[in-house]
Amino acid sequence: MNRLYLERRAVPSRIMGFIAPALALLAMIVCAIPMLELAGLAPLATLRVFFLQPLSTGNGISEWLLKANPLILIGLGLAVGYRANVWNIGAEGMYTVGAICAAWVALHFAAGVHHWLLAAMMLAGILGGMAWAAIPAFLKTHLNTSEILVSLMLTYVAQLLLSWLVNGPMQDPEGLNYPQTALFSESATFSPLIAGMRVNASIFITLGAVVLAWLLLDRSFLGFQLKVSGAAPAAARYAGYAQARLTWISLAVSGATAGLAGMFEAAGPLGQLSPVISPGYGFAAIIVAFIGRLRPIGVLCGGLLLSLLYLGGEAAQMSMNVPAALSRSFQGLLLFCLLATDVLVDFRIRVKA
Amino acid sequence: MDHLLIPLLNGTLVAATPLIFAATGELITERSGVMNLGIEGMMLIGASTAFGVALHGQPAFIAAIVAMLAAALMASLFAVLALGLAVNQYAAGLALTILGSGLSAVIGRQFGASSVTSIAKLHIPGLSDLPLIGKVLFSQDPMVYMALGLALLTGWFLNRTRAGLVLRAVGEAPHSARAIGYPVIRIRYAATVFGGAMAGLAGAYLSLAYTPLWVDDMTAGRGWIAQALVVFATWKAGRVVLGAWLFGGVTVAQLFAQTIGLHVPTQFMSALPYVATIVVLVAISRNPQTLRLNTPLSLAQPFRPDH
Repeated sequence: MNRLYLERRAVPSRIMGFIAPALALLAMIVCAIPMLELAGLAPLATLRVFFLQPLSTGNGISEWLLKANPLILIGLGLAVGYRANVWNIGAEGMYTVGAICAAWVALHFAAGVHHWLLAAMMLAGILGGMAWAAIPAFLKTHLNTSEILVSLMLTYVAQLLLSWLVNGPMQDPEGLNYPQTALFSESATFSPLIAGMRVNASIFITLGAVVLAWLLLDRSFLGFQLKVSGAAPAAARYAGYAQARLTWISLAVSGATAGLAGMFEAAGPLGQLSPVISPGYGFAAIIVAFIGRLRPIGVLCGGLLLSLLYLGGEAAQMSMNVPAALSRSFQGLLLFCLLATDVLVDFRIRVKA
Repeated sequence: MDHLLIPLLNGTLVAATPLIFAATGELITERSGVMNLGIEGMMLIGASTAFGVALHGQPAFIAAIVAMLAAALMASLFAVLALGLAVNQYAAGLALTILGSGLSAVIGRQFGASSVTSIAKLHIPGLSDLPLIGKVLFSQDPMVYMALGLALLTGWFLNRTRAGLVLRAVGEAPHSARAIGYPVIRIRYAATVFGGAMAGLAGAYLSLAYTPLWVDDMTAGRGWIAQALVVFATWKAGRVVLGAWLFGGVTVAQLFAQTIGLHVPTQFMSALPYVATIVVLVAISRNPQTLRLNTPLSLAQPFRPDH
């Protein structure tokens, strides 16, 4: 009987590194067809609405970049940590705290025109995200506690903190008791790049972050240390790399990018805080990091893809009354397919006669 | 005092029940060396399928069985990736959680604001009428007792049976276990699927008994708390129950804080179970020795039999 088995390649296939994500996308679409059928939706029409309709207008492209922005930024930070086997899955919480800190600065200087305000808010967002990430970093390095569970638990705490703030201390006094802050002043919001569309200049900062992340991961000794400590912890210990320092750096970087993403969202499309400020960007960014195979350029592409899934979900919800959760199902499915096809990078399929 | 104490104890037992199911299932999975971070997703699948079946007029035990099957199916998806293809277990588990939460919301969209009749409480003539003890110990719904039975059985299975010994061997030293002829991958599959079924049962309990109406993401992190409970319990079944009661107590305490007129913002009280999770994790992990002695040695390590 013929049997398929996997044989390890002598060196990981470079070509497969590019083909695997595309294969995964294809596999996801194939898996999605019976799923849509079961949910009582016409598969092809739904897929068209999901993947093509959002990009058919100029405004659609603006929204695509707008949503890709936080996904790429958070994904970059997570990729740094995942390389070093530091599993921060609480980026959503760091994003939330970053947005809160930026909003606090914005509301504190609400009166008058301040040219430095956006910069100050970015700093506040970064520091806020880093502070939230410092908790799992400290507990991991000093008290040996799993960063996975701590960072995730802190996400729930951050969301409750936000809910309390917009219902209490940060609530708009003239807001008719709605749970939201006052609208940010003009100095505290990014102005659109093109009138009538929502995409703003913060995407250039994200592009800069892609370059920085590439320099850090692929061109610096620190990036090498991160990679070694993830791939071969024993070798890293033997070489004398300080694991605690790498854990701190991994979490600080992912906290900073997530916090900055929160600021971008607050000062961009939102313009104020309300109890829900993210459609799960922090979790979707985990998928972005994997689709990008933990490489900055890959994360850029992954962010664009996941953003399209979000837009498609919205479009399908509006025009076909499909639940928005469908896009989350697609996200999970995509990660599943990706992990499966990723095996082809390190292995080849052989047939045993 | 009774009017406060009885609901407090009852609430604790009930809130602990889904945690015991999910954590005991994960305990078996992790003892075999597999770390499945997908409990939250599998619980949600269990909760939504059970609710759907109950809404169609089926009895609760059928709904619970369907939930277990659905979640076990999800777990086997994870197993194909994590065991068959030996991919990173953390990543595969996260994929499972994201997929499960998305799918459950798609399934749940047809439920609207409907509710099902909650599983009936037992009434044992004589015993249930005893003061205090009767109302707390002998008047729960059957699944509360099943959860305790499951934990007892699991402890017995792991420590007193040959199969339990094999399972632990597979988790501690898979290569040795394979060398003496045990099918490591197959045993891990079984343990993973069992963990999934129990997570499904935990989800079914949430949507059939705990809050018998459908809300998206109704598990609210309980799957992750169950994950933490396994660590807290240092991979021992009896301690899972103690931990679950502790968390059940914290969950219920927030509801009672208002009744006794404590003026703390509700959000702070709601954050308590999550903060408590962090605190107990720190308490147990602080001493590296404790974890090193108790963690299954091959936990989360992919196993490839060929080399």
